[in-house]
Amino acid sequence: MEGQGRIFTEVDPDLLRGCFRSKSKKLTNKVTSVKEAVQIHLHDGDYLAVGGFGGVRIPTALLHEIVRQGRKGLGFAGHPATHDCEILAAGKCFDRCDAAYIIGLEARGIPKMTRKYFESGAVECTEWTNAALSWRLRAAAMGVSFIPARSMLGTDTELHSAAKEIICPFTGKKYLALPALFPDVAIIHVHEADINGNCHIRGILVSDQDLARASKRVIISAERLVPIDFFRDDQEKTTIPYYLVDAVVEVPFGSYPGNMPYEYYSDEEHLQEWLTAEESPETYQAFLDKYLFGIRDFDAYLELCGGTHRMSQLRDLEYLRKPEGEGAD
Amino acid sequence: MAYDDPLKARKAKYNGMELLVCVASRYLEDGASVSVGTGVPVAAAMLAQKLYAPNLLVIFEAGGIAPLLPTMPISVGDSRTTHRAIQATSMTEVMDTLSRGLVDYCFLGGAQIDLYGNLNSTQVGTDYRKPKVRFPGSGGANDFGSLAWRTMVVTPQSARRFVPKVDFLTTPGYLDGPGSRERAGLPPGAGPYKVITNLAVLGYHPESKRMMVESIHPGVTLEEVRVNTGFELLVKDPLGTTDPPSEDELRVLREEVDPLKLVIGREAK
Repeated sequence: MEGQGRIFTEVDPDLLRGCFRSKSKKLTNKVTSVKEAVQIHLHDGDYLAVGGFGGVRIPTALLHEIVRQGRKGLGFAGHPATHDCEILAAGKCFDRCDAAYIIGLEARGIPKMTRKYFESGAVECTEWTNAALSWRLRAAAMGVSFIPARSMLGTDTELHSAAKEIICPFTGKKYLALPALFPDVAIIHVHEADINGNCHIRGILVSDQDLARASKRVIISAERLVPIDFFRDDQEKTTIPYYLVDAVVEVPFGSYPGNMPYEYYSDEEHLQEWLTAEESPETYQAFLDKYLFGIRDFDAYLELCGGTHRMSQLRDLEYLRKPEGEGAD
Repeated sequence: MAYDDPLKARKAKYNGMELLVCVASRYLEDGASVSVGTGVPVAAAMLAQKLYAPNLLVIFEAGGIAPLLPTMPISVGDSRTTHRAIQATSMTEVMDTLSRGLVDYCFLGGAQIDLYGNLNSTQVGTDYRKPKVRFPGSGGANDFGSLAWRTMVVTPQSARRFVPKVDFLTTPGYLDGPGSRERAGLPPGAGPYKVITNLAVLGYHPESKRMMVESIHPGVTLEEVRVNTGFELLVKDPLGTTDPPSEDELRVLREEVDPLKLVIGREAK
């Protein structure tokens, strides 16, 4: 069997070697604003991959800005894409998607208007699995054009992927050759970063180390900026090294309403409000006008969603603490 | 509420979700590994850990390894999945681990399942470019269905869901029948194991690989199971009756595993 889907990105590693060679390896200050980071590094038609796990450790401020700046015609890695997909679908930002997990919000349900966007034919999909997209990024991170894998074989997921079956030259076994995935742009939210782009992620990494290695340009949003000694004094903290990174923005609560491990839990009430708003075109539009299109920036969004009071409640939830005033036991 | 029929009275002591969780938990033995998603699977794994399998290794596909779950997670990647965990790693490493053969059990679901245990979680309708309804797709389901040793499906049972042929084969069961997984290149010895529904526990015939009723739940008739299946079901001889949840199982489930009733408070249908 040979996958009938389309590959949306370059696969030839020699084209990418040139691109990676031209990245500056200088330690320089890459701090910028959310607005500028998106303006400079993400263009219409680019292929975008988002770090984190859909609604966990996602770069919400960057995602909102992409929608507000009206980016169109993006390719999108649905790996796994949940609330990040919901945001970009609100702006109709992408028209092609590597689909491992799309549309749904896991156990919370499926947002109807986001689903309609996919069903309308506006988005060309190629099917994959979570492992397949992780491994495609791994292949790219290795600087090779494909990687052999043992899932997807014999299924419609394989038929509508862009993978090809190959025979192992050592064992004669059948494998699926997965093409390397080199995104144009990765946006990743981290716990700490320094001005040069060194990053520290706590908790699950999903595929973000390979994603940073595989992408032509990397934009980091960080809960907080730290001095470079944060890394020099404890090198195990360097999850992503500076020379992979092109821009750094500091955005406290930058994963809201998603969960940020060790910082704050997801705002399930707000996510539910968004999900419910997707029941009809009218409530959807009103919701987006209020929370996305009608506000100037992410700070305004946080204010609208309850500001520091709400953030501190989500911090209590993250740490399984009872909120102040309800008594401790 | 009083029942004349003693069977119904016994049935009234637990709900459908509680039954699903309790039955699923019994298949997980100590020292095995299981990949779980949110909902019934995580509840079943937590219950198994507290009753029969204290050393059950719980793995979340997003990277959480062996957490001490304080509450039910909402996402398979959220903070609860790494609460006091042994490791918080990458999805890539979990998938590598799966591919190497270290994952014994997984739990999957889907919009459709067929007589060979193939699953559809991608779309309703057979035209890929024009789906009648689009679903999230494989996620990690195909990976686990391909590579975990034993795949368990927990799902409500209806003729709409149990179909002769899935509209889109997202995740492999036994594909077209005996030998077809191996011909496709999937690792030998892995694949479908049990299907646990609100009506029955089903397995697969050792030769034909077709779905087979192994036991029906208390108060359920074989006819009900057949009516709620869209293909001809094989029936194990002798057909068993599922042991209902015990007092112990229910107590631990309600008091320790899911006191907020996030899973057991939902409808089984």
